Amino acid sequence: MKKCMRCPKPATLHITEIHDAKAQVVHLCETCAQKYLSTVEVGGLLSDPDDEDETADELTAESEALQAEEEEMAVSPVCPSCGISFKQFRSVGRLGCPQCYTAFHDDLIPLLESIHQEVQHVGKCPPETSDSVLRHHEMVRLRNELKAAVEQERYEEAARLRDEIQSIEATAAATDSSESTS
Amino acid sequence: MLDFDALTHSSGEWLRGIGPESDVVVSSRVRLARNLDRFPFPPQASEAVKGDVEAVLRGPVAEVLPAGSPGYVRIDPLESLQRQFLVERQIISREHSESKGPRGTGIGPQESISLMVNEEDHLRMQVLRSGMALEECWQEISQMDDRLQQQVKFAFNSEFGYLTSCPTNVGTGMRVSVMLHLPALVMTKEIQKVFQSMHKMGLAVRGLYGEGSQAMGDFYQVSNQSTLGRSEPRIIEEVREVIPDILEYERRTRREMVQQNSDKLHDKVSRAIGILRNARTITSEETMHLLSSVRLGINLGLIEGIEIPTINELFIHTQPAHLQMLSRTPLESSDRNAKRASYIRQRLGAGEGDADE
Ligand SMILES: [Zn+2]
Ligand SMILES: [Zn+2]
Repeated sequence: MKKCMRCPKPATLHITEIHDAKAQVVHLCETCAQKYLSTVEVGGLLSDPDDEDETADELTAESEALQAEEEEMAVSPVCPSCGISFKQFRSVGRLGCPQCYTAFHDDLIPLLESIHQEVQHVGKCPPETSDSVLRHHEMVRLRNELKAAVEQERYEEAARLRDEIQSIEATAAATDSSESTS
Repeated sequence: MLDFDALTHSSGEWLRGIGPESDVVVSSRVRLARNLDRFPFPPQASEAVKGDVEAVLRGPVAEVLPAGSPGYVRIDPLESLQRQFLVERQIISREHSESKGPRGTGIGPQESISLMVNEEDHLRMQVLRSGMALEECWQEISQMDDRLQQQVKFAFNSEFGYLTSCPTNVGTGMRVSVMLHLPALVMTKEIQKVFQSMHKMGLAVRGLYGEGSQAMGDFYQVSNQSTLGRSEPRIIEEVREVIPDILEYERRTRREMVQQNSDKLHDKVSRAIGILRNARTITSEETMHLLSSVRLGINLGLIEGIEIPTINELFIHTQPAHLQMLSRTPLESSDRNAKRASYIRQRLGAGEGDADE
């Protein structure tokens, strides 16, 4: 995360200045950037080739500003699915898994509002997903776990995984035949 | 197995330089970020989990690529020079090149499609076209997205839309961008006004970079910042509606330069082509700078006998990994500068006079 070079606010604009063939990066907050852009000689370019870095930095910066406040509260919610805490998310700027959006829902709302000015999705939605697609994901995961368990000679776990795979296959066979007859 | 040799001697569709508005608009790009339900996002995933994700996506990704595609390529076993080559080519991102663990990319025909598996999100799809063609990019990427969703379930909730590793991409997961060549606005320093007005409209403007942090030839990318709470067509519209003003601004500035300073401008572009055709050693930075002047010169009719696609291609083909692939050997920086100069002389026809009235 980067702070503005002219004031204590988080930097949201990262400008590369080229002087005598030497590149120098200037980090500025929005207010200072406005001033800078209206006075400075050109030759500088706005930021980064990777389109996410800038906004991610912004997010991290914002997060750290809120962090002190949060430390007093001591407890940070944890995603039950992937195990990362909201605090960890704030320090890296990346969520751990899709379920984080549910686990950190209330804390995410103000962040999303400041990034997008909106908090409700509009646009494309996925089609109804069939059970067979979900089963396919699950089977890939289980088969790979089984392979790892066998390789590492964890036979009890391997046996359990094998049972699980067989039961899913049985359900699949049952539903597929009922789907094809209906 | 990807044929790097063939790739080194070809170039992508988006460099053709013949799309609408191609005197200023180099290319249009639409990107979608998607993740599988029930798997942790790549930055948080173990190698084993990334392996599972790669196993789930590999087949469907290969299947949605049109006929005649180079196909799906595993990135992790590639040498670093090959990965760098794909970055310079804009087929994969720097992050994809440098991250760890099982990952791959589905590459479409003429490099117009790239489907990265296990980038920052499980799937990063992009479609690239030359000229102003956002609508076409969107149609194509949305169809691939539909077909993928018949085979895999993407993480989605009705409140936040498609769920992404970084909340800056959540919702549509869509980043729309247009790459512009703005040499006249840079020369006259008017470009700052473009930065300011785009910033006010919630759009991002970024310069493109070559080697290190050197500015790359007056190219700027305009893209949306917000991805949540507006539909895909509206996001496209938000970016598209600002482009005509920028085009007009750049063209007007070019015309004024021709009217007021014709001799100086003609001298500048003639010197640029002269150096490129005769230099024995040249840095990446100087190359980008001179190619930009030549590109402007061609568009203003001050240089004849060189095609825009050749110049577009040289911006990519003179980068370090490309030169090393052409030489089939790793090169030190000073050797690269010599190789770059000789490659440019060969491409531009060394020693021939430039256009004159
Ligand atoms: Zn500031
Ligand atoms: Zn999580």
